[in-house]
Amino acid sequence: MISLRQIEKSFAGGVTALKDFSLALEQGEFVSLIGPSGCGKSTVLSLIAGLAEPSVGEIALARQRVGFVFQEPTLMPWATVRRNVALPLELAGESGPIDALLAKVGLAAFAGAYPRQLSGGMKMRASLARALAGRPDLLLLDEPFAALDEITRFDLIGQLLALWQEARFTALFVTHSITESVFMSERVVVMSPRPGHVVGEIRIDEPYPRSPEFRAEPRYASWCGEVLHCLRAAMEQAA
Amino acid sequence: MKFLPAMIVGILFLAAWEGLVRLLQVPLFLLPPPSLIAASLAEDFPSLFDSLLFTLQITLGAFALASLGGIALAILFAHSRPIERAFMPYAVALQVTPVVAIAPLVILWVGLDNAWAALFILATLVAFFPVLSATLLGFRSVDGGLRNLFRLYGATPWQIFLRLELPSALPYMLAGMKVAGGLALIGAIVAEFVAGSGSATGLAWRIVEAGNRLNMPRMFAALALLSAAGIGLHWVLSAIERALLRHWHESQVEREPPSPRPSPARGEGVRG
Repeated sequence: MISLRQIEKSFAGGVTALKDFSLALEQGEFVSLIGPSGCGKSTVLSLIAGLAEPSVGEIALARQRVGFVFQEPTLMPWATVRRNVALPLELAGESGPIDALLAKVGLAAFAGAYPRQLSGGMKMRASLARALAGRPDLLLLDEPFAALDEITRFDLIGQLLALWQEARFTALFVTHSITESVFMSERVVVMSPRPGHVVGEIRIDEPYPRSPEFRAEPRYASWCGEVLHCLRAAMEQAA
Repeated sequence: MKFLPAMIVGILFLAAWEGLVRLLQVPLFLLPPPSLIAASLAEDFPSLFDSLLFTLQITLGAFALASLGGIALAILFAHSRPIERAFMPYAVALQVTPVVAIAPLVILWVGLDNAWAALFILATLVAFFPVLSATLLGFRSVDGGLRNLFRLYGATPWQIFLRLELPSALPYMLAGMKVAGGLALIGAIVAEFVAGSGSATGLAWRIVEAGNRLNMPRMFAALALLSAAGIGLHWVLSAIERALLRHWHESQVEREPPSPRPSPARGEGVRG
């Protein structure tokens, strides 16, 4: 279990990104964190990943192996796809079934290719595979699919969910897409504008695997409506 | 095939030169025809070649030292702002002072008997700065996202250096070294001009000597060797750059024909 209690994070220059932010994740849960841009969503991920320290408050992480998928693919241009994906293992002096992982994200034929030979969607697949290579207990995703076209995005979302069901890591998915958050997660946590804190959460009681048809269901639309309502209430209150 | 256009231009140029010089009966001491220069080159080849070797030794030695020193210092500067602030102004000062101006001083210090050492020092000084500044820029240009990634996965400073910073800086480093190669040659020649007779027997001295004797074909022959050396150096460095970067760096992308890609038949298949 991961818990953040009453976190505050301010940056030099006086910007307070988070104030009184609390969030708890159960092991194996898929949670989306949604909020208006600039509300500190990405800061939450940085804090959990240990890339930044909270100004106030504490974060409890019981010895988690963390995987991180950044907004950009963030691949090393000088290394092949295989070397890129293997990086977390190589840095730790371990080895693992990289080729099997590449096959799972549909990159088996591209193991020896360099990032500049790949399309945007394929780069993201490689990035996702890399995050999973270290067999994380916790996967943090920072709007990884925002820059992709919708067809590629649906495809990648499906793959991510399949991988999650198989490995059952805890997933925290930061996004500003309501439809994405509802389609993917068990729980959508809504944040207020800056300084960000949690203003509500919506449970999505839909079994997995979720088929693409779920997007056409009335209950899907009504969950999306709930998330939207919650977001708008938070923004009106802030304004 | 790639060199064909340049070769055609070269041949046309030489032919025009030869023809015009003969047609207009230009005096030999002003501009000898290429045929005479070639003959002079063949005739004096042993002594010119010795001079070429001497100049090349100085150039390559200075280039190697400048590259090593520049890279080492760039690494130091990149990892310590205080050290950079303390020493960078002096590196710049050294760079902006023309080599011709400090040449007499350096020659005096090492003594005319060791003119080669003076040439070596001066060539190194000129070649050093581009490597330093380009490499430093390279180390400063490491992608922030990748840096975070390495931190996230607990990379040691040594791993960050070897696997992230060095490869990131490599294209910059090579660009700096390419400039440095040319500058080392220029430095070696300029310094030799200043050093004058003495014990130096590089190509620069052959040029001065031939000029004094109004032996223009020999002067041009020495010049031709000199530019051949410069071109050769540049070509070797470009080849090294190409070998190291061709797989991944944008500067090496071949626009035509399209670079071979693995067949995309399977990768983008629809799933889930």
